[in-house]
Amino acid sequence: MLTSDNAFSTALALILSMDSALISIVMLSLQVSLIAVFIASLIALPVGAALALWRFPGRNVVIVALNALMGLPPVVAGLCVYLLLSRAGPLGEWGLLFTPTAMVIAQVILVLPIIAALTRQQIEALHGEYAEQLTSLGLSRRRMMPTLLWDARFALLTVILAGFGRASAEVGAVMIVGGNIDGVTRVMTTSIVLETSKGNLPVALGLGIILLVLVTMINAIAHMISETAKRRLG
Amino acid sequence: MNAYQTPPVATLELDRVGFSRRGQTLLKPTSLCMTGCQRTLIMGPNGAGKSLLMRLAHGLLTPTSGSVRWQGEPPAQAMVFQRPVLLRRSALDNLTYVLAIHNTPRQNRKSQAIRALEKFGLAHLAKRAARVLSGGEQQRLALARAWLLNPKVLFLDEPTSALDPAAIKAVEDAVLEFHHSGTRIVMTTHDLHQARRLADDVVFMHNGELLEHTPAHRFFTAPTSSEAGAFIRGELVW
Repeated sequence: MLTSDNAFSTALALILSMDSALISIVMLSLQVSLIAVFIASLIALPVGAALALWRFPGRNVVIVALNALMGLPPVVAGLCVYLLLSRAGPLGEWGLLFTPTAMVIAQVILVLPIIAALTRQQIEALHGEYAEQLTSLGLSRRRMMPTLLWDARFALLTVILAGFGRASAEVGAVMIVGGNIDGVTRVMTTSIVLETSKGNLPVALGLGIILLVLVTMINAIAHMISETAKRRLG
Repeated sequence: MNAYQTPPVATLELDRVGFSRRGQTLLKPTSLCMTGCQRTLIMGPNGAGKSLLMRLAHGLLTPTSGSVRWQGEPPAQAMVFQRPVLLRRSALDNLTYVLAIHNTPRQNRKSQAIRALEKFGLAHLAKRAARVLSGGEQQRLALARAWLLNPKVLFLDEPTSALDPAAIKAVEDAVLEFHHSGTRIVMTTHDLHQARRLADDVVFMHNGELLEHTPAHRFFTAPTSSEAGAFIRGELVW
């Protein structure tokens, strides 16, 4: 019978053992999610800011689509990337299926709408406050973008964290396009699924605890940064 | 009119400028000409259209009818708002920011910004976050920022309405300083005493309509419109 007690001791034992397989799983998880969030941010921050600043036909359609995509089921994103990258697919020649790169691509697709949609909201609110002053200073919309993105930086840090939360927690997409191959594409979430299905519940729970701790630590650091900054900058 | 030896400020001409939004007329067609280095005070009760008129003149809003024209090149302009909009950065960085967007060479920005802070008595607050400064300090920082833009026309929208007397004095001194350096002042206020202290000429507005534009001495002694008369006597006009 599984008790939380032996799950914690298993988790602790797992961490203390510094098992190289475990470390490589943890590192790959972080690597895939962080790279995905980084790439998604590079695209989504300017896209979200542009959506906040420009009015164009079809803008509302784009906003609704982005909001809807925030809830895109990871398995669907995984399936789409799978179809693209599979041998018979349009990008099959690249040979990316079942590689960490494929996992990054799938997570970028999952994270990008979240960051873009939330960035749009943040920048629109800030623009409401700054618009007259920046227009008075003679700034065009294009030149307002960097100012607004920089001045919203702490709110946007939270936005990026929301994206990271999604990336690090999902299992459907990385499972399909990564394949959970031991030592190549096995990450924490896919290991948890595997260990659970093997009935190896203490290990699964131990991995879950490590994942939680890591995510909590990253969020705590970001929270501390943004709180100190808010207190200093008002 | 202009006692100071500075290049003349281009004339601003508002030709039957009107503004309406969602079928509601907020400003009836208004013609107004601003020349020279005058201190023009726009007065009137709340909702008279003072701020609207100023935003149209500054170009923040586009009129729905009529036109706003500068004779010649539009001069450098700046605007100070009722509630200063300061960036989420230090006081100094707020100033170097405007220098940067106006292409001042990087090596000169900091020294110019510090000089402006000193001029407005803010040097000791350079490193403080702009948005945690007091109301009066924030407004002085907004004025320092406007100073760096070297405006020929300075618009001020009720810049002292939320400030205590000492801070009001500092803002009024700054306005005079701008005027001495050859800047035309266009300012809204509903404070009669302030208008008496500062105005060369007065634009009086009521219910989205310009009722008169007269030299200050005449406005305060013999206003032509009955609403302005009532306003000066301190009666409630609406």
